[in-house]
Amino acid sequence: MNRRSWLACCAGLTLTLALAGCNPDAPHFNSVDVTGADFGKDFHLTDPDGNPRSLADFRGKVVMLFFGFTQCPDVCPTTLARAVRIRKLLGSEGDRLQVLFVTVDPERDTPEILREYTHAFDPSFIGLYGDAAATKKAADEFRVFYRKVPTGSSYTMDHTAMSYVIDPQGRLRLAVRHEERAQDVAEDIRTLLKTSS
Amino acid sequence: MKRIALAVIAALVSAPALAGVVVKDAWIRATVPHQKTTGAFMQIVSDRDARLVGARCPLAGTVELHEMTMTDNMMRMRAVDGIDLPAGRTVTLKPGGFHVMLFDLRRPIHAGDTVPLSIVVEMPDKSRETIEVEAHAVPLGASHAHGMHDH
Repeated sequence: MNRRSWLACCAGLTLTLALAGCNPDAPHFNSVDVTGADFGKDFHLTDPDGNPRSLADFRGKVVMLFFGFTQCPDVCPTTLARAVRIRKLLGSEGDRLQVLFVTVDPERDTPEILREYTHAFDPSFIGLYGDAAATKKAADEFRVFYRKVPTGSSYTMDHTAMSYVIDPQGRLRLAVRHEERAQDVAEDIRTLLKTSS
Repeated sequence: MKRIALAVIAALVSAPALAGVVVKDAWIRATVPHQKTTGAFMQIVSDRDARLVGARCPLAGTVELHEMTMTDNMMRMRAVDGIDLPAGRTVTLKPGGFHVMLFDLRRPIHAGDTVPLSIVVEMPDKSRETIEVEAHAVPLGASHAHGMHDH
């Protein structure tokens, strides 16, 4: 995220906190509370079976959304491994968490690779892709930045390393930093499951 | 002249030329079919100031040294031409920092595999040493691999 949009995000957050301050029942989160944000409303992508997918398909579940690419050696597997732990920490409520992995590298991440990749972490995780335009549109909607960077004979991708959490009503609620611990995110998701029924 | 020759011989005999760099806890992340890249991680300690300048792997078409940085929640990865190994200090290649990046894998790497790597270290006198390393492959979804801290 560039500095300007991060500042805009923080300004929105301050307003949200100010509003939340009037409400003693407002839940507390470990992650960044972005409730009421004017972005991250929806996406239109495709799953590895070729089905069109949008946020509405996952109503009733908390969605954790992450943009990355499978040829990523570091941040993406670390984030997805954390998602595995979060789901385990939720115990019987783990089934109410849907993890979605959107590729920012549809050129290399074919549906087959996406399926194999997300299933290697957890068979319930779903990989999503679009063509270049659909990918850009989804990323823009969630203020996710990505850029192809040549390296030697190949390329890598710079990209936003935050995950987003969407409540069971399909509203964007939390931005989870890469450094956030699994226990803290699991606690946040439990709070969301409890308070947004 | 004789004295210089003796000094040179003494230096050659006393210098621990091939025992100077030790690599331990080398691990690599397993891949899924068609995934062409992965990262390898390890701890390196050199008894003299040296510099890691390259790596090779028979399973990969290209191998580069990379550094990952995080700025404003944006992840960036860049090739670096070397990684300093200050004398006596353990340098850890780990997620969130430096790694050995393997491209164009010739076959998938399965958890439990032992993957041979050669790392190339440049000494202060510009001579180069190649150290053979065996990296242990951990599952793609492993969250507690060697050297990885719990986020």
